[in-house]
Amino acid sequence: MKRRGIIKMATLVIITVLCVVLMVVAAWFAIRTSDLVSAVIGSSVVSLMASVLFLILHAPDVAMTEAAIGAGLSTFVFLIAIRKTERYEKDEEQ
Amino acid sequence: MKRVSLKKRFRVKNIFVFVVLVYLGFQMLSLGFLLDLKDVKGVAKYYLENDIKDTQSANVVTSIVVNYRGFDTLGEVTVLFLAATGLGAILSGYRKVKKQKILANTMLQYGSKPLLAIIILFGAYIFIHGHLSPGGGFQGGTVIATGFLLMLLALEGYEIKHGYIKWTESLAGLTFVTVGLFGLFLLGSFLADFLPLGKVGNLFSSGVIPIIYVAVGFKVGSELTGLLDNMMGVVE
Repeated sequence: MKRRGIIKMATLVIITVLCVVLMVVAAWFAIRTSDLVSAVIGSSVVSLMASVLFLILHAPDVAMTEAAIGAGLSTFVFLIAIRKTERYEKDEEQ
Repeated sequence: MKRVSLKKRFRVKNIFVFVVLVYLGFQMLSLGFLLDLKDVKGVAKYYLENDIKDTQSANVVTSIVVNYRGFDTLGEVTVLFLAATGLGAILSGYRKVKKQKILANTMLQYGSKPLLAIIILFGAYIFIHGHLSPGGGFQGGTVIATGFLLMLLALEGYEIKHGYIKWTESLAGLTFVTVGLFGLFLLGSFLADFLPLGKVGNLFSSGVIPIIYVAVGFKVGSELTGLLDNMMGVVE
């Protein structure tokens, strides 16, 4: 029984660490890339991982909101806006 | 003033920001994994202990959002309404052109129609069962809006009638305020729970919470759908 609890806890910690690492990498990528579509996909990955983290932290309501709005709707709103404007970021230093 | 590019400013500050974020992350970790429910103090403790007695709602989050803090939720819905109205006001000056260069393939076109019904059913399930299971009006409304987004993307020339959206939104908002006013006249405070509470776990229980959450679900769903339709229709 006790050993089972330890295994469950370790699994949770591993999933959490994976999610956090993926979030940091995706956020870094979203900031650095000059392709705005890739940046939007990166930020949607951040939202998706955040919703997994909310689920682990026992907040399913917030997790649902984050998955539906952060990863779903806002990604498409950004993509529509990019389709109407320009896809690549211009260099400001010119 | 010399213009500094965003990337350069980012490089100067990034070490400081990184340290602060790592510190905050460790704080959050201890909050999430080591917090015991017995340590909760103050008003949170009251909510956790008296939720069942006061509202008969199985979901504490819902009873806080709709019952204890119902007035805040009304404000939140109003903020969303104002945001959607503002976007509509900005984008309404542009001519609407429905043209799509690349057509969606046949399987997507025919498969998305039954999928819309299933998505709307799921969204309705989320907001009707807001007091029993995780979720509620905001989540369910967003799920419904994603269903309409699928239709906008998949079908060429799909139009959402703005009259229906306006009526749904207005009626839902009116329902919310009317329920609040009933509480004001019958029990003396705005949004007071004037309906019988019922038994925890039943669908028809916890007083006004299901009514308000259904209204919020309709309102959020119609607002977000109108917002997406506004954005899709703008000519480049």
